[in-house]
Amino acid sequence: MPLRDLADAALAQAKSLGAQHADFRAERIRGQHIGLSDGHPQTASDADDTGLAVRVIVDGTWGFASAVDLTTDAAALAARQAIEVAKVAAAMNTEPIELAPEPAYGDVTWVSAYEIDPFTVSVADKVALLAQWSNILLAHPAVSHVDASLQQVRECKFYSDGATTATQQRVRLQPALTAVAISDDGMFDTMRTLAPPVGRGYEFLTSTRLRDGTGWDFEAELAELPDLLAAKLQAPTVEPGHYDLVIDPSNLWLAIHESIGHATELDRALGYEAAYAGTSFATLDKLGSLRYGSGVMHVTGDRTTEHALATIGYDDEGVAGQSWDLITDGILSGYQLDRRMALLKGFGRSNGCAFSDGPGHMPLQRMANVSLQPAPGGPSTEDLIAGVNNGIYILGDKSWSIDMQRYNFQFTGQRFVKIKNGRLAGQLRDVAYQATTTDFWGSMEAVGGPQTYVLGGAFNCGKGQPGQVAPVSHGCPAVLMRGVRILNTAEEGAT
Amino acid sequence: MTTASGYSVQETVERALAAARSDDCVVIAVETSSANLRWAGNTLTTNGVSASRQLTVIAINRHGHGPKDASAGVVSRAGVRPDQIEDVVRQAERAAAEATPAEDADELAGPEQPGSFGMGNKETGGIAGRDQAGSFGLGNKETGGIAGRDQAGSFGMKNRDEPGWDSPPGRTEIGVLRDFAATLGETLRAAQAAGRKLYGFAEHELTSTFLGTSSGVRQRHDQPTGRVELNAKSADLERSAWAGEATRDFTDVDVAGLAAGLAERLDWAKRTISLPAGRYETLLPPTAVSDLLTYLYWSAGAKEAAEGRTVFSKPGGGTRIGERLSAQPVTLSSDPRATGLACAPFVIAHASGPDSSVFDNGLPLSATSWISEGSLAALISSRHSAEVAGLPVTPAIDNLTFATSAAAPPALEDMIASTGRALLLTCLWYIREVDPQTLLLTGLTRDGVYLVEDGEVVGAVNNFRFNESPVGMLGRLLEVGATVPTLPREWGDYFNRAAMPPVRVEGFNMSSVSQAS
Repeated sequence: MPLRDLADAALAQAKSLGAQHADFRAERIRGQHIGLSDGHPQTASDADDTGLAVRVIVDGTWGFASAVDLTTDAAALAARQAIEVAKVAAAMNTEPIELAPEPAYGDVTWVSAYEIDPFTVSVADKVALLAQWSNILLAHPAVSHVDASLQQVRECKFYSDGATTATQQRVRLQPALTAVAISDDGMFDTMRTLAPPVGRGYEFLTSTRLRDGTGWDFEAELAELPDLLAAKLQAPTVEPGHYDLVIDPSNLWLAIHESIGHATELDRALGYEAAYAGTSFATLDKLGSLRYGSGVMHVTGDRTTEHALATIGYDDEGVAGQSWDLITDGILSGYQLDRRMALLKGFGRSNGCAFSDGPGHMPLQRMANVSLQPAPGGPSTEDLIAGVNNGIYILGDKSWSIDMQRYNFQFTGQRFVKIKNGRLAGQLRDVAYQATTTDFWGSMEAVGGPQTYVLGGAFNCGKGQPGQVAPVSHGCPAVLMRGVRILNTAEEGAT
Repeated sequence: MTTASGYSVQETVERALAAARSDDCVVIAVETSSANLRWAGNTLTTNGVSASRQLTVIAINRHGHGPKDASAGVVSRAGVRPDQIEDVVRQAERAAAEATPAEDADELAGPEQPGSFGMGNKETGGIAGRDQAGSFGLGNKETGGIAGRDQAGSFGMKNRDEPGWDSPPGRTEIGVLRDFAATLGETLRAAQAAGRKLYGFAEHELTSTFLGTSSGVRQRHDQPTGRVELNAKSADLERSAWAGEATRDFTDVDVAGLAAGLAERLDWAKRTISLPAGRYETLLPPTAVSDLLTYLYWSAGAKEAAEGRTVFSKPGGGTRIGERLSAQPVTLSSDPRATGLACAPFVIAHASGPDSSVFDNGLPLSATSWISEGSLAALISSRHSAEVAGLPVTPAIDNLTFATSAAAPPALEDMIASTGRALLLTCLWYIREVDPQTLLLTGLTRDGVYLVEDGEVVGAVNNFRFNESPVGMLGRLLEVGATVPTLPREWGDYFNRAAMPPVRVEGFNMSSVSQAS
């Protein structure tokens, strides 16, 4: 059944029943997860989720319904159900829904940049590769156990609102290997690879084209990881206090995600997420005046960066992908928007951040790729480390938590290396850094140059009720922070 | 009920099993429907109804060297039409052909399994009885637990209220929220008039799961899951309070009553008190307890504990089973037939994991004590991970109850009244693991921290970031109250069925002050 016929059936039904606006989505999301334990297959799941969704505005109230069968009857029924939902919900609505205008793009298609669709590679080949990598780690005497996993998604979206009909496809994957070391006295610790999730195909695992990011150098990372883990297990525990930090992009992306990405979502700033994900200290009245961080801080939002996880041609409201400033010279300068909020708050046009994680969910304002820009001609990571007398170099993400207004956060990492007089001086254990968002970014003395820039990110950013997950990338350089509070997690947990 | 394309869900299961060419086959068909409403700032924000239909086929190839020599292929597909059923089966069989032998391979459960509740089964590797830990019959009124079930009478028997295999799948729709929406609309308008803002979410979902296997299992379970969350804020957003309830059908939800209770809490917060970070005697309400102990439960896997890499590992090898975790006579348990918390009474595994196995599909579940009278009693396991760990088979169950056997446990109000000086929390948020060695968790207090002095709430305190281990906390329980049904604030999206007491904890570690209000 051509999806266009389904869209026509749904949109015609909605209009005939009085909807002022109607849009239609059909989606097919293929997902596969492979997990190995100590080189042996432990988990293998292969899912294919399909369905359609109809969203309407009736007398200023949203209505949404979805269905699993891709038939014109199911599409028309979903439209009728969406109308009914809007009528039931009207009793609660006091704020009429209107949408910011967006140009009509007609029939458009968009496909993300990848070379090898991971679903064309056999599971056996994937398991063999993960087992080979696991065995490299297990061969080291310090490694007791290895967990390996590979998540892959192929997302196909069809959208139509009558003015724009977009057919899109994107691919993403996330590989990870975690080694576990256990000492004779029962102490244990882990270390995970730093390879990020990417909007690329299977070539990310196999290509030798490393310089342009096509492939990741797993060979090099797996070669050094066991010795690093062994050293971590033997490392001295950190003395709590305030330290200068050089933070690697493999750790900093998560701080950006939590303290900037979510804080500059306008739905949070307006309170729509107040009961669940929370609000934001960066409220709309502070736009253009809030000192978010130091003057070297330039943060952008985009849905256009090649190979980034939030990148797409058109969002789930038919808005074309864009790029814009969120923080300029350390000052709050923008938000992430959907069409409703863009009109409601006078932004004129949405910047294309509506996203639904599947046919069963209504689109929400979800995160764009939010990235800290490097300094043109800026320092290398080694240069940043050279500027620290007593500090810590942090790599890799691990534990994260931030409050409901995005003030107070705490992060740990995969590796913490002591910096003494400008030089690395061995690993530390039990490290967490804790700060208030504006203090933290205000302490950023320097950002690294483009040569330190890496695109990190997450597959499963959660938001909304019903809960939805979204993939998102965050690019950043290495940075130098002054005087950040460091906790000793062993002391924190002492009873 | 038939699908849009003509087959009932039961026919779909039978067709898939009939099409299978593998040595064994497991088919899981799931039909889900849901309806939801969401509101913010006293007005509707989003809503919707949805339906989904998923078919999972697990093809099993046996290699001739006993039940533990087999490979499995797992494929799940949504919206499968009758003409696609065989294709899904073939995809699963191709996956099985590609797969290496599965570590968790075993015989499939037989149709006789439901009758063997609580008894070892040598043929299947053994489902050890939970009465070994002395916990059978846990949770009765005499011991202060939540209302007990007629357990002895219900084991191995189908609840007469549950639909049989041949009945159509259950379904929910927006009508289940119609009366609720009307009342909520009035409540929102009343809040507006009173200068308060209400935020929240209501959702009802019904999932019908049909499990069929080539070994003759035909099991079906209908799971209603509902919740309402209500957050009230003062007009300036400086004061905030929250309440949540789990519900199976929304007939028991009193949204106006919830709103009135929150208004009282906002009044408590008119006096504010700034307190620094530090360790405080703290009263945790049931929802906060449920979030901490749910994480503990999720971390209580047998395999990784036996491997030496969790808080439940014994230094030098083995697990901490039998070790005393709390001086209080507390029991943490799950029971698929717990009143008000009923969940699937048999294993449903769409994929294998460290402590779950697709080969275990259909195995019966019975009441299990994870912690019994203060001591670690069981860890979550599949047949395979139980064998690895040398423990009885105790698969995960989708509910959790924590209760004391002390006589006449107090209600939270009584605990407040007997307090000299302590913090009283509303709920916890953004809970994440910091250190698996101790199960140290971090997170935030949210929507109301109050100072209690001399038996009364004297004002609202700033929020804190905490760093605490639920395992360590068990060792510092000063008092455990009466267990009541509750909704985990943080984990309610994934874990909806819980009954917990309020607890008083010595020296709860508030690591830093959060500016959030």
